[in-house]
Amino acid sequence: MSERATLPAARWGRLRDLRRIMLFTLLRLGGLLLTVTIGVYLTILIANMGGQVDELRIVQIRSTIADAVRANPAFASMPLDERQALVEGQVQQEIVRLRLDQPFIQRSFDYLWQAMRLDLGRAEQMHSDSGSREVAAIIVERLPATLLLFGTANFLVFFTSIFVALYLSRRYGSLLDRIVIALAPSSAAPGWFYGIFLILIFAFIYPFLPPGGMVRAPPPEDRLTYALSVLQHMVLPVGAMFLSSIFISIYSWRTFFLIHASEDYVEMARAKGLPSSQIELRYVLRPTLPPIVTSFALMLIGLWGGAIILEQVFNWPGLGSLAFRAIGFRDTPVIIASVVIFAYLLAITVFLLDVIYALLDPRVKLGGGGR
Amino acid sequence: MSALADGLGQLRRYPSAVAGIAIIAALLAIAAWAVIAIPYGSALELWRGGAQWQQYPVNARPAWVNWFRTSSLPATQRVTSDPATVAVEEYPGARRLVIPIELDYAHREFPSELNLFIDAAYLELEPFLRMTWYTPDARAIPLGGRRVSRAERISISQDLALERRLDALPHVALFADPAVEGRPRALPGRYRLEIEAVVFEPDATLGATLVSYGRVHGLAGTDHQRRDLLVALLWGTPVALAFGLIAAVGTTLTTLFIAAAGVWFGGWLDAFIQRITEVNMILPVLPILVMVGTLYSTSIWLMLGVVVAFGIFSASIKMYRAMLLPIREAPYIEAARAYGVGNTRMILRYMIPRILPVLIPGFVTLIPSFVFLEASLAVLGLGDPELPTWGKVMNDAQSESALYHGYYYWVMGPAVLLMLTGLGFAMLGFALDRIFNPRLRMI
Repeated sequence: MSERATLPAARWGRLRDLRRIMLFTLLRLGGLLLTVTIGVYLTILIANMGGQVDELRIVQIRSTIADAVRANPAFASMPLDERQALVEGQVQQEIVRLRLDQPFIQRSFDYLWQAMRLDLGRAEQMHSDSGSREVAAIIVERLPATLLLFGTANFLVFFTSIFVALYLSRRYGSLLDRIVIALAPSSAAPGWFYGIFLILIFAFIYPFLPPGGMVRAPPPEDRLTYALSVLQHMVLPVGAMFLSSIFISIYSWRTFFLIHASEDYVEMARAKGLPSSQIELRYVLRPTLPPIVTSFALMLIGLWGGAIILEQVFNWPGLGSLAFRAIGFRDTPVIIASVVIFAYLLAITVFLLDVIYALLDPRVKLGGGGR
Repeated sequence: MSALADGLGQLRRYPSAVAGIAIIAALLAIAAWAVIAIPYGSALELWRGGAQWQQYPVNARPAWVNWFRTSSLPATQRVTSDPATVAVEEYPGARRLVIPIELDYAHREFPSELNLFIDAAYLELEPFLRMTWYTPDARAIPLGGRRVSRAERISISQDLALERRLDALPHVALFADPAVEGRPRALPGRYRLEIEAVVFEPDATLGATLVSYGRVHGLAGTDHQRRDLLVALLWGTPVALAFGLIAAVGTTLTTLFIAAAGVWFGGWLDAFIQRITEVNMILPVLPILVMVGTLYSTSIWLMLGVVVAFGIFSASIKMYRAMLLPIREAPYIEAARAYGVGNTRMILRYMIPRILPVLIPGFVTLIPSFVFLEASLAVLGLGDPELPTWGKVMNDAQSESALYHGYYYWVMGPAVLLMLTGLGFAMLGFALDRIFNPRLRMI
């Protein structure tokens, strides 16, 4: 709308813009919700192998109950068929408790409905350390450990790499720059792999750090000693993650900044004689903010769930090892809960990123035909 | 395609690329040699373990650790009795054989175990034998007597009566130097085991093999089941390379084709592909792999299938799409359409080859990530049940607490090979990236 347009027309135009934004927002939210629903339903199907796990579980229940009855001296004198009936009765009870008597398809939609409402329900086999069977309690108990470890490591990697990359992009071709480039391929190995080396060196050959766990056993009473012990246990896993991703991260950000630093408008700013700090801040960092924000947001969601193997290697009581144990127990509610929360977090982040993009990058218009 | 050849020719100017290619070539050579030297069937057979490894030491270090030690560790020594040196005395109804077995022992460290393998031929009456151990300083230590069957293992090290009598582990007491105070050391020299056997049949014979188990073995050492780790390290190479390569090719090509088809046809197909990709991004791949492993089977080919299936609609579809969209509007595509090129031909011959060079670096760096994925699954205990792989060796090491017991070689062997694989492909990939990615070239 140009300035020459009359006022009512301008207001009408703004109203139309608002309506378009609202419509776009609704469509986007609806699409994301649909995506989450389908993704969660697929996970439910996979976690139950399309209902096949049920038969496995019934066999498991029967053998556990039969063993328990056989081992119980109170039933030893019972005649065989009576004992059989007892076992059968208990098996039926357990089947009804786990709702295995209902068809899987019906249950799968129940699971989906509960999951989408974030009603995480009760675990079938597992329980939290405090004894609760609520899935939410189990997850909340593990969450701090994962957030602490992966949050520390990822924040460290993210900010170190951005600052080092900015520094290197200013003096590319220097010795340090070439060293980083030469070391970048070392990131082909994942964190747990470096973890094994670190454990070997710092916990066994020169034993001054613990090889695993989160806190000394028995845990210290005093708060400060407790924190220090956790810190000491964090050094190796954080070091492993840092080592495995720092060089590739610096390398890719450095390349990214260099590509943007060779844009014409940066040359222009240089030609005008602006100070290099201002060039860096306003001409390099400002236009590259959206991708930086994206990768930061994706990193934040990546914290959820932790990493199964790293947690196994370091014996860290986080969400990754929780998922691993849940799969071992075939505890569907726990598996679905961790997936559904991840899916929601991802969807919310994707939506927020759309909005943030529009704020940060004036070229992106909401509802302008999408990207 | 000449641009491709040109780009590959430039690789020579990058030392890291040359090193990467050298590592990959060495790995390929190892893989080829492993497959030829140990056929698939016998590799599985060897890795299953059992009696075929009974003359191998338990948890022996690799032989090259001796280069870094002041006192060398012994390797396994096998001495079989020579029929020519057997003295025979005839008695009514029996014969008495005196069988000497001489062992030249040159180390100050003790062997890890001492066993005698009997190979007797008789019809019904089992021979009886009595053994005496003569040390280089001419002490005689009786080892007791017993009846033996046709193929029997006499475990001298695990003879509890002998251990109680000698007041030390038998393989330590028998080799110990009496002159050394404090920590016992072995006495180098010629040891003699004399077996006095009485056989009760005219045609009966008896032979024996004395095995002094080493503390080092071969290039790679042995594991807790006496298996030579070299088998697993060698055979792990083709398995790892095949897994990485098939997974990378499978995902990259199908993803590329689907992205190109989506861009070319546009409309609902494109939208549909985009939605599937978004759904797929929500699914957690590693937990699903773990589920498949625990619920179905841990066969490496099933895992490969699942990895490829979930890799098809990966986030890279979005990247390929972004690259292909401008190409769709290119004049040469317009021209091709004008002279009536079909849809399949358009996608395969006109669109995909155009972005292929840009994808090669990503493809090369993708390979080691799948190799590590396989190792990760194996470390979680979801390795292939039959095939020897690097990850399974690491998993065995971990479950036997190798690091705690100081068997560092057990972890280092597969770890170094994994690292080499990762480095080789990554170094090549990074160099390729700088050649084929035009925006990086000027930097």
